[in-house]
Amino acid sequence: MATVTFNRKQFEKEIGRLDEKMQNKIAMLGTPLEKFDDEKIEIEVFPNRPDLLSYQGFKRAFLAFLGKERGLKKYKVNKPEKDYIVVIDSSVKNIRPYTACAIVKELKFDDEKIKELVDIQEKLHLTIGRKRKKAAIGIYPLEKIKLPIIFKALEPDKIKFIPLESEKEMSGLQILQKHPAGRAYSHLLAGKQKFPVFIDANDNILSMPPVINSQLTGKITHETKDVFVECSGYDFETLNKCLNIITTSLADMGGKIYQMELNYKKKRITPDLNPEKMKISLENTNKLLGLDLDEKNLKQLLEKMGYDYDKGNVEIPSWRVDVIHEVDLIEDVAIAYGYENFIPEIPSISTIGKEEQKETIKRKIAEILAGMNVLEVSNYHLTNKKDQFKKMNIPEEKFIEVEGSKTDYNILRKDLTHYLLKILSENVDAEYPQRIFEIGRVFLNEETENVALAITPGNFTEVRQILEYLSKMIDIKLEVTEPEKLPQYFIDGRTVEIKLNNNSIGFLGEIHPKILKNWKIKMPVSIFEINLEEVFKKLI
Amino acid sequence: MAYEKLIESLSPNERKILPYLKEKKINKICEKSGLDNTSVLRALEYLANKKIITLSSHKKKIVEIGVNGARYRKKGLPERNLLNLLSEKRVISLEEAQKQSSLSDNEFKASIGALKKKAMVEIKNEKILLTGSKEEISKKSLEEIFIEQLPLEYDSLTSEQIYALKSLEKRKDIIQIKEDTLIEINLTKLGEEIILNEQKVEELIERITPKMLERDSLWKGKKFRRYDLTSPLPLISGGKRHFVNQAIEYARKVWTEMGFEEMTGNMLQTSFWNFDALFTAQDHPVREMQDTFFTNKKAELTNKKLVKAVRESHEKGVDKSKGWQYSWNEEEAKRMVLRTHTTCLSAKTLSELNKNNIPSKFFAIGKCFRNETVDWGHGFEFNQTEGIVIDDNANFRHLLGYLKQFFKKMGFEKIRFRPSYFPYTEPSVEIDIFNPEKKIWFELGGAGIFRPEVTIPLLGKKIPVLAWGPGFDRMIMDYYNIKDLREMYKNNISELRKMKFWMKT
Repeated sequence: MATVTFNRKQFEKEIGRLDEKMQNKIAMLGTPLEKFDDEKIEIEVFPNRPDLLSYQGFKRAFLAFLGKERGLKKYKVNKPEKDYIVVIDSSVKNIRPYTACAIVKELKFDDEKIKELVDIQEKLHLTIGRKRKKAAIGIYPLEKIKLPIIFKALEPDKIKFIPLESEKEMSGLQILQKHPAGRAYSHLLAGKQKFPVFIDANDNILSMPPVINSQLTGKITHETKDVFVECSGYDFETLNKCLNIITTSLADMGGKIYQMELNYKKKRITPDLNPEKMKISLENTNKLLGLDLDEKNLKQLLEKMGYDYDKGNVEIPSWRVDVIHEVDLIEDVAIAYGYENFIPEIPSISTIGKEEQKETIKRKIAEILAGMNVLEVSNYHLTNKKDQFKKMNIPEEKFIEVEGSKTDYNILRKDLTHYLLKILSENVDAEYPQRIFEIGRVFLNEETENVALAITPGNFTEVRQILEYLSKMIDIKLEVTEPEKLPQYFIDGRTVEIKLNNNSIGFLGEIHPKILKNWKIKMPVSIFEINLEEVFKKLI
Repeated sequence: MAYEKLIESLSPNERKILPYLKEKKINKICEKSGLDNTSVLRALEYLANKKIITLSSHKKKIVEIGVNGARYRKKGLPERNLLNLLSEKRVISLEEAQKQSSLSDNEFKASIGALKKKAMVEIKNEKILLTGSKEEISKKSLEEIFIEQLPLEYDSLTSEQIYALKSLEKRKDIIQIKEDTLIEINLTKLGEEIILNEQKVEELIERITPKMLERDSLWKGKKFRRYDLTSPLPLISGGKRHFVNQAIEYARKVWTEMGFEEMTGNMLQTSFWNFDALFTAQDHPVREMQDTFFTNKKAELTNKKLVKAVRESHEKGVDKSKGWQYSWNEEEAKRMVLRTHTTCLSAKTLSELNKNNIPSKFFAIGKCFRNETVDWGHGFEFNQTEGIVIDDNANFRHLLGYLKQFFKKMGFEKIRFRPSYFPYTEPSVEIDIFNPEKKIWFELGGAGIFRPEVTIPLLGKKIPVLAWGPGFDRMIMDYYNIKDLREMYKNNISELRKMKFWMKT
């Protein structure tokens, strides 16, 4: 979840007072207001709208939404001047193949603005940049750089420069090993023979993307007026969008945008702020939204979302990444219309409601057991090896593990029995007798539905009586046989195997004192657990 | 008679001890009534509840008989045994005396000591000589009298009793001094009246027995003992469904009443069903280990035609969509995950739908999983309720209509819809419900209309599908006033026994 924080004073000066109505408006644009105080406003930005991750981008969209500055915002883009060139060397092809670049001039930076710029960069890195993997952004003071620039890959020991927040010159490998940013992003260059670098005409290394800029040529200060902006990564389209989001934000801060010539095999010019075009049908819009708009309404609503509309054609801002189908436009029409203005309606279509049959049977079983004075419990599906195997004295085998669990629950439960014992062990202070059951999924070769029941203090006869009553009530004949192979946690001679149609479906018996000791249970426990899948087959 | 009702409410035990209340001592009451200590105490308590007596307790030191003392009280003190022996023989060797009296070393020494002190015997040349007179011998000693009188209150011992106490205290386990709570019984005015009138009330019927029902004379014309009707009782509890499952059963009923058919399915799903079929790009952050539980298992994707359609939808888009424009990897789609939403069931249902069954409506309620740490507001397992409506004429207002109706049945009259984002719906909606007591909105989760990039590969044609999957647990927490998500699956038996039923209708 990405959140962005704005300066409240600036917001109120440039947009309007943050009263209750305004708070509601912010949410109704699709940017929930997370929190605010006298100084700050924090909003959430969904991953489809990275263009709202900067104050400038948000302000642009929000002013349109409020009806103050409707339609597509136009930016003047100046043609490349002399030497506004980035040469893309073929050596980057298998390492970090693309870059999209621009120059923005006549900026004025103070601490606030520098912070804003760093913020946009970081938010874009985290979202559309996929933690710099897909796109990484570099911004450089133009006065420290000599154009043209070359983007190439060098062997790590040939890369030598002073990285940001450092005093010493370091090699490519040293940066990855020693510099904090290097360590954080080293996995993105792991296994590469060469690392990508931007080098200027004075042969100075500007940066080693996606890791770090140079301290000498890659740091914006109060003196900086003009900047060189590059985005590098794997997908040219994403880089373009990234560049458009940044350059338009810089332009909103007062800058002038200049294009650069990118010398790939085929020459390209960026940034390209020409709007994309897409068709929208008034009929489709009305049908999907259940509205009765006319074309004038449609035009007005689209303009509130920052689009231009003319006779079924929509011009889409070049910084929007999320408009890939007509429905994306239709959603924006709905947002502009205001979700709060839709009148909910239930159509009169005739369908027949139906409960899943297995669920019906499960409910019947639960009702029968509750009628036998047994309390239903509900456990997690995830468990851990200690509870599932060690305390139950059974071998650690055939289990499904989940990767990278943030808790100590990291395998899927293979039975309900160990969880019932866990409950009994956690409730030694509750009044006895305790009678509990659970119906739920367990994960063996197949994912199956089981029912298990435990009684303490309890004996073999009691649980067998309950199971027999249950089997009579659901009209399923269960056979009780001498077990062929006994689970280690039961007492031999006091445990039976339960069969249905000659298939083994579970066990019933008294738990061995060894296991009770493992769980620190001080009362005898009798248990049954059976697989319900065979029962379902019989009944459905 | 004014006291009649009250007397009729006395239990047989209460009536039994009534005449002895003036004894004031519980052991005396026990003795006279023939009831045991516990029964007497309970009866006293009931009488006190009825204001017939008042009970007050005082801490007091009590001299009680010890283990050996109890034995001696029956068989006599060791020195008595020795005296009896000596009264026959007058003179006897020490060795012989011990042998014949069958006393232990300790008892023997103590007896000699006690008798010497009272000048009843002398020891000469390893022999014991009886020196006491016949009268002295036959008279009970102070110690003997004392142990017969026990228990006694320490503070009210006579000087003779104190002498006996001091003497016996030194010997093993004959007496013990205990700090005890003495209960003092005082008859109230009402009590005195009750005692006076008790005889006037005839015998009451306590229990109705089968025998009684055979012979009318046993009950005809008799009165029944009145019960203490309003006194508090120990709580009992019965078997019942877990409260979360009660809420789920209720929601299941709501959906089926609204004409929805239930979907169920595995919790372990391929990434294909959980993500790819729902147009979630393979580099979307939700598909990372930080958010989702991946397992070490993979499963083959059997529906090749569908796999091809989904690939196309991701790579190039369908229905003039641009798609995500990347190279879709089938291997990635085979990885099995614990479902992160029940929406994977909706995707499966759409792919299996009989096209003659349109319009149709489906729902699901089930557990979903996210790789989260556990705290008051987060857990790695949670319930979701899912719904889809496949209808050529379905629109956004219908979506809001179904949701509004469902949440109304769940008890939330006030509901708010906000724009939101999910990779598989457009338009997308966030649902907020209002808690009128706390006066706050809380977020329940998402809904929307499935994108054509989702529905065309799954259904084979472009039909609007309304879809939602809000969280379910928040509503349960709200109903039961549970503040911490962890309480939901804590399985505290005492609390579960007390938990009220899901009573929404």
